[in-house]
Amino acid sequence: MKKILSLTVKNHAGVISRISSLFSGKGYSLESLVGGTTPDLGTSDLTLVCETDNNEFDQIKKQLNKLIDVIKVKDLSKGEIVKKELAYIKIDADHKDKQKIISITNAYDGAQITDISYESVIIEIAEDSEKINNFLTLFPDCKNIEIARTGLVAMQLPRK
Amino acid sequence: MKRTGAQMLLEAFKQENVDTIFGYPGGYVIPIFDELYKEPSIDLVLPRHEQGLVHMADGYARSTGKTGVCLVTSGPGATNTITGLATANYDSVPLVCFSGQVPYNLIGNDAFQEADVVGLTRSVTKHNYIVENRKDLPRIIKEAFYIASTGRPGPVVVDLPIDFIKGIEDDIYPKKVKIDGYKPVINGHPLQIKKAAAKLMEAKKPLFLCGGGVNISNASKEFIELVEKTGVPVVTTLMGIGAIPKDHPLCVGTIGMHGVYPANMSLSNCDLIFSIGCRFSDRITGKLSEFASNAEIIHIDIDTAAISRNVPVSVPIVGDAGSIIQDLIPIVDKCDHSNWMKKITEWEKTYSLKIVKGKKRVSPMEVIDSISDIFPDAIVATDVGQHQMWTAQFYKFKHSRSLLTSGGLGTMGYGLPAALGAQIGNKDKRVICISGDGGIQMNIQELAVAAQKNLPVVIMILNNNYLGMVRQWQQLFFDKNYSGTCLRQTDACPAKCNDYGDHCPPYIPDFVKLATAYNIPGIRVSKQEEIIPTLTKAKEHTKGPILIEFRTEQEANVMPMIPSGGNITEMLLERGE
Repeated sequence: MKKILSLTVKNHAGVISRISSLFSGKGYSLESLVGGTTPDLGTSDLTLVCETDNNEFDQIKKQLNKLIDVIKVKDLSKGEIVKKELAYIKIDADHKDKQKIISITNAYDGAQITDISYESVIIEIAEDSEKINNFLTLFPDCKNIEIARTGLVAMQLPRK
Repeated sequence: MKRTGAQMLLEAFKQENVDTIFGYPGGYVIPIFDELYKEPSIDLVLPRHEQGLVHMADGYARSTGKTGVCLVTSGPGATNTITGLATANYDSVPLVCFSGQVPYNLIGNDAFQEADVVGLTRSVTKHNYIVENRKDLPRIIKEAFYIASTGRPGPVVVDLPIDFIKGIEDDIYPKKVKIDGYKPVINGHPLQIKKAAAKLMEAKKPLFLCGGGVNISNASKEFIELVEKTGVPVVTTLMGIGAIPKDHPLCVGTIGMHGVYPANMSLSNCDLIFSIGCRFSDRITGKLSEFASNAEIIHIDIDTAAISRNVPVSVPIVGDAGSIIQDLIPIVDKCDHSNWMKKITEWEKTYSLKIVKGKKRVSPMEVIDSISDIFPDAIVATDVGQHQMWTAQFYKFKHSRSLLTSGGLGTMGYGLPAALGAQIGNKDKRVICISGDGGIQMNIQELAVAAQKNLPVVIMILNNNYLGMVRQWQQLFFDKNYSGTCLRQTDACPAKCNDYGDHCPPYIPDFVKLATAYNIPGIRVSKQEEIIPTLTKAKEHTKGPILIEFRTEQEANVMPMIPSGGNITEMLLERGE
């Protein structure tokens, strides 16, 4: 099952590779690891998504906690959270296809057209990962689809 | 005070009470060696290879409990340390390893002797650093020593670009550390401890499972007190050997793949495993789904990740073994386990370790048994393989930290350098190295250190002409296909051969001559009646090292044996030779 973790880590080079090599070294499956630096704080928050079972997930949390550069491991699989992933989707399309793509995009929550050129359109979608996956199935006839995805970012809601 | 990075490092060594450094020089660490040259209070030991160097520091650290300090150069100097670091990491040995590095701004340019040391050592260390700024140097060194020696100990690498080794700063070595992501738990949770004590008192067939954590925590004395107060029998892992004397009436023995029959049977049939400082590795659990299926498990460990990893645990307690044992002693009592003890005694009678006499050559078991009689209080370092298991079986260990062996990684070549490191750290104790003819050759160059430092280590080689443990597996599970395990094989031999005898080529090297080349007296023992006189002679030889080669039975096997992945009660008991 998919599990989401929020990690507070020390803000310096090598932290991401420490985490990703922990996953590859121990044979855990890492789906995404997202974060940016916040230079003023000295720490960064990362969102990590992994495909695992409950036993292994316990071990993953413990192993992450053992990393000295990891300050805090928060399990976002329980409780209320906000989560979103951003994707850019470029689809090669002629005039007729463009009409279709535009109308689907306009009807779909979180999706919008960000660029239209002579031979293609670019869609921006900020949504749940599953909703993005679903959106991508809506263009079965289109060839040459280019996708750039960020991976999930998530945050716990301040409620108990 | 204004000083170079190298001078700051020396200041740190003094503040950390470092008395010995295992170092191998190279271009980028010369300034540090230059400072060591001026410092009479630190003994600089020069091993002959960086793998031997790390094992030497490891032997020093395991036997003394102090942090071992390594200093190597960049590139190959650092890459050669990896096996040693991984060995120490697996067995939780505190080491700090400093490696030289090319100038910081040249990193990534493929400069001469550049290697991505942080990347290479990440998965074989507890933590590692590259110094990115001269100002960070004192803090990083302090953190490295702190991380290596606290919590579950382990090796820490500090990669030092040459510009920061030379760079001058006005700074001081910090007295304290504060690391946000690292707060080792010492004290166990009081409620969990109470719960564990209650379960121990209720159990009908309880068993202490003592792991290496008891030795690491220096809790042997307290552990024995706990055992004696409760009257609960004990089994140990390979790494737990020495925490309780083998001949203690409540010590059943060592468990595991080559553990003793009564110990494995007790572990499999008990109703409560009270484990302290062990990882439940595959070598002790055998087939996981059938492991101790009737037992509840209490697990004390300083490493949360070791708990509930391989076996489900009903009472986990995170903390230092010594501290938790001290909390347990006042809240436990003696219980009557007479039926359970009777059962264990029956198992002890059913099958106990046997010394199989040698036929043409000497019996390896008899050699170890005699070593144990003649050197009863030694620190024993081993390599990996049959001789290691026979040492675990037949040497009557009495003291904590007296067995130095690569239990987790199983590193051949560990024994000799570890023994030398232990002797350097324990000038008043007798250190012996028990090795095989395969393992000794993996770091044989360190004989030079033994000779030049006049270390009175007794180096015993059990020479069966084979890589014996693999040969044993080949004999038992691979139709006796001795593929790549005969150390006498030459190109003149038949390609397939599982035979040995007078027609075989001579053994190379001649260990006695080799010892002579290093100016070390060497003795060869080929007959049973020579064992004790030779060992007695070696005992009297205290001025420097001595090497003894025992020509042992070539197809002797280590028994009992649990075939890999098997149920721990299904031990092979017969020797099959």
